Order: sequence, then C-alpha cells, then structure tokens
Amino acid sequence: MKRLIVLGALVALPLCAAVATADTVPDAVKFDNGAVAQSLTGVAGDPADGLKVATTRPMGNCIACHVAAGWAKFADPGDIGPALDGVGSKYTEAQLRGIVANAKMTFPDTLMPSFYKTSGFIRPGDGYTAKAPTGPIQPILTAQQVEDVVAFLMTFK
Amino acid sequence: MMKLRKQATAMMALGLLALSVGGMARAADPDPGVDLVINGDTKLVTRVPAPANIPGLKEVYSGWLFHDPTTQAMETDDFSNPAMLAVDAGNAAWSTVMGTEGKSCASCHNGIDSMKGVRASMPKVNKAGKLWSLEDYINDCVTNRMGAKALGWNSNEMSGLTSAISMQSRGMPVDVATDGAAAPFWKEGEKLYYTRTGLLELSCASCHEMHFGDHVRDERLSQGQINGFPVYRLKTTNMVSIHNRFYGCVRDTRAESYKEGTDPLRELELYVASRGNGLSIEGVSVRP
Ligand code: HEC
Ligand code: HEC
Ligand code: HEC
Repeated sequence: MKRLIVLGALVALPLCAAVATADTVPDAVKFDNGAVAQSLTGVAGDPADGLKVATTRPMGNCIACHVAAGWAKFADPGDIGPALDGVGSKYTEAQLRGIVANAKMTFPDTLMPSFYKTSGFIRPGDGYTAKAPTGPIQPILTAQQVEDVVAFLMTFK
Repeated sequence: MMKLRKQATAMMALGLLALSVGGMARAADPDPGVDLVINGDTKLVTRVPAPANIPGLKEVYSGWLFHDPTTQAMETDDFSNPAMLAVDAGNAAWSTVMGTEGKSCASCHNGIDSMKGVRASMPKVNKAGKLWSLEDYINDCVTNRMGAKALGWNSNEMSGLTSAISMQSRGMPVDVATDGAAAPFWKEGEKLYYTRTGLLELSCASCHEMHFGDHVRDERLSQGQINGFPVYRLKTTNMVSIHNRFYGCVRDTRAESYKEGTDPLRELELYVASRGNGLSIEGVSVRP
C-alpha cells in the first residue's frame, strides 16, 4: 500500500510540472472585449477552493469589496463594488475569467484590482511587507486560483 | 455602458465629474446632526465646505464623524481619552532638561502655550526653503539647539511632544499654506494622492475621495483627514503619527511604501492637510 502511494507520487510529479508550464503566463492572456475564452490552466476550477480564495486576505479577498450570498456565512463584507449575486447568469464564464484576471479590460479605470497581472505597476510591493519585491513580480492569484474563483462565481445564479 | 464610462473618464480628466463624485455618489454627511463637543464646552468644527482647490469633494468631514458612538464618546471627555496620557507625557518632557546644552524646551520657549497655532499650520516651508513637518521642527531644536540625539519619528518621546503641542491648537482651524513657497510641494502631494500604487493599484482618492462612507470589509472609510492627529488607535493601542498612518495605507495597496520622515510623505501631508483646511484641530483623537 505504502509503495503504491509513493509510486503514485512519482507519477504525479512530472504531471504537475507539465501543468505548471502549460499555464498561460499573465502577459500572454488574450482578452477579447474583456473576456478570456481559454482556461488559464486546462484544469477545471474547484468552487470550494474558489470560496477560500474569495474570502482570504492575502489571496483574492473579494469579500473586502463585495457582498455575495455565496459568502454570507462570513461577517462584514465590504461594499466598494456591487453585490455579486447573479453574476453566474449575467456573465459567461469567459467574461468572468476576464473580469477576475484583469477587470480593467472590462471596466476601464475600475478600482477592482487586476488579479492576474505582473507588469505596469507603480511601486509594486512584496505582499504586505511594504518592501519592494526581491524577485520577479508574482500575480496576486495563481492561474489555478483564478480558475477556482471563476468556477465559484459560475454558481452565483 | 462602456461608452458612458469612457465619457466619465474624459470628464474626470477635465475635473468636471470630480465635482459631483463627492456629493452625488453617497449620502454625503456621515453622521447628520451629530457634533463633537469636548468636556461639555468645546465645540469643534467637523464639517466645512471643501476648499476651492479640492474639486473632488463638496464638503469635508473629520474622521470622528465616521465611527461608532462608543469610539466617538472616548474623544468627548478628556478623562476617558487614552491619548491624554501622551499629552501628559509631552507636557512633562517640555520642561525636562536633555542634551549637552543643559536646556529644556521651556528654557527657550517658556510655557507650552507659546506653541498655540503651530500645529494648525503644519507642515510648512522653513527658512531654508524645505518643507518640514512638526516632527522636523522639534528634532531641529533637539539636535541643533539642545545637543541631544534626534527623536525617532514614531517614538513615544516624539508622540508625547507632538500631542502636547497639538493640544495648544485644539479648536483652531487647520490653516496650511498651499501657495507661494508651498505651491510646488503641494502640487507634488496632489500628484501622490491620485497615484494608484502597488499590486492593488489604488490611490488615496480611490478609497478616501470616491468611497468615504463605504466599507472595506468591516472598516468604514473616512475622508482620510489629518486634523485629528496624533491619533490613539484602538486597534494597535498606541499613538499613531500622520506619516505612520500614510505608511500603512500605502503598504496596504501591496506597494513598496514610503518611510516616515521622507519628502514624499511631507508633501502628501501638506496636500492632505489642505484638504481639511477649515476643520478644527482636535488636539489628540481616538480612532478604531
Ligand atoms: C478594491 C475593491 C475590489 C476588490 C478587492 C474586488 N472587486 Fe470586484 N469590483 C469592484 C468594483 C468597484 C466593481 C465595479 C466595476 C466598475 O464598474 O468599476 C467590481 C466588479 C466586479 C464584478 C462585475 C459585477 C457586475 O455585476 O457587473 C465581478 C464579477 C467582480 N467584481 C468579482 C470580483 C472577484 C471575484 C473578486 C476577488 C477575486 C473581486 N471582485 C475583488 C471592486 C473590487
Ligand atoms: C536653545 C533654545 C531652544 C530650545 C531649547 C528649543 N527650541 Fe524650539 N525653537 C527655537 C528657535 C530659535 C526656533 C525658531 C524660531 C523661528 O525661527 O521663528 C524654534 C522653533 C521651534 C518650533 C517651530 C515653531 C514654529 O512656529 O515654526 C517648534 C515646534 C519647536 N521649536 C519645538 C521645540 C521643542 C519641542 C523643544 C524641546 C524638545 C524645543 N523647541 C527646544 C529655540 C529653542
Ligand atoms: C484600500 C483603501 C485605502 C487606501 C487606498 C488608502 N487608505 Fe487611508 N485608510 C483606509 C482605511 C480602511 C482607514 C481606516 C478608516 C478610516 O479612518 O478611514 C484609513 C485611514 C486613514 C487615515 C486616518 C484618518 C483618521 O481620521 O484618523 C488617514 C489620514 C489616511 N487613511 C490617509 C490615506 C492616504 C494619504 C492614502 C494614500 C497614500 C490612503 N489613506 C490610502 C483605507 C485606505
């Protein structure tokens, strides 16, 4: 049994690496009228992981600015942006992927942060350390986290 | 809808839309009918029409108006105001000798009431043409006139002195100069105020001009005024300087922040102070 798990891990490793290199890098994401048709990873998003991303501060922290029935069990949502109920019907998956990856492609000058972007920033920091990043800038969300949030938003009917 | 937005952006560039943003976007007055009266006798001005050179706001509001009644009440009675401990410490330091010259502040300035009005005009351009904050003026005396080591910008010694000096201007209107020698610094500060920094790409205006009265999670956004500083923050249970507050707000945009006591924050301080010209200096205040 133990050996089987180890074997499984060995097999999974190269697979993981393949997935990581297959991710579309932020600068290569193609926007069409704000929408992004192609999955950033090719791996279906997980709505449960999406909930975590949406309600956790170092991640998406969508709850800081949006009310939504989807995270009603968490206290004190912010109200800088509109309530998100119904966005799964209002928008296509491609449109939501575009809004989460870089909302400025849909709503020019919006206050909503661009979650899958690595260039064009003024005084970018290293998370909330107040310091400059030591290496290349990482997007706020990974490609898979974007897919997870989009899958979660698609359940907001 | 997209077209409307583009138009709005163009108007914003012309400064047209900006005028209506402050007044229209939300019920403007954050706490209608409520006034700040301290110790039952000192009524402070917490709302005034916006200065002419601040087109983004119609009326300006003290941060005091935005918070819950319990927090508000702590500031209406000096006995329950935790910031008064800093004032007491500052008053004691005022007449305490320090440094190689054997002097205290009082040796040259006499009573601390000689500082009346000083806080209300800070920051201001010094004789050498540099923009200085109150902390810079204090440290100039500490190092060059008293022969002591400069006080840390965020130290208890400094916040004691700024608190005690600020109290001498309680009830006086914020009155910083934005013209003449101050003009170029003010312009720089204005630029910084509207610059969207960090990975979140937010400017001071994104939160404090376009969304005052709204919430970031559980925090209710004020206009980010500085007439109440130095502030006792209940969240961190300590006195917070103007620059320290700015530092934290810039950091929270996931940006490389500016250090306390640097020129960008002095310029921002001048600009933000001018957005509150006419509001009362509160002396010391209490915020969540
Ligand atoms: C700093 C505040 C802020 C954060 C954080 C934020 N948003 Fe937004 N969002 C906005 C604003 C403001 C709008 C309105 C767009 C506009 O017109 O400018 C918006 C619009 C949207 C819309 C379109 C809603 C509609 O009905 O048209 C969606 C969907 C959305 N956000 C999802 C998210 C998700 C998912 C996250 C987290 C990954 C998030 N937002 C984080 C501010 C924010
Ligand atoms: C040796 C005398 C001396 C001592 C001691 C001294 N100061 Fe000063 N202080 C001055 C002089 C002189 C000025 C400049 C006045 C001017 O240029 O108009 C000044 C200016 C200031 C100013 C600026 C006032 C304004 O209106 O611009 C502040 C604030 C100040 N001092 C605070 C302090 C504090 C706090 C202490 C004690 C830690 C202190 N000073 C100790 C002599 C002194
Ligand atoms: C993401 C939103 C956001 C941005 C951007 C932001 N702040 Fe703040 N700021 C807050 C929040 C939240 C508070 C606490 C609630 C309040 O007092 O408004 C706060 C508080 C303040 C206060 C304390 C006000 C008082 O009455 O004690 C000042 C001053 C301030 N901010 C200045 C600034 C400046 C200057 C900038 C730009 C460099 C800035 N803020 C950018 C969210 C923001």
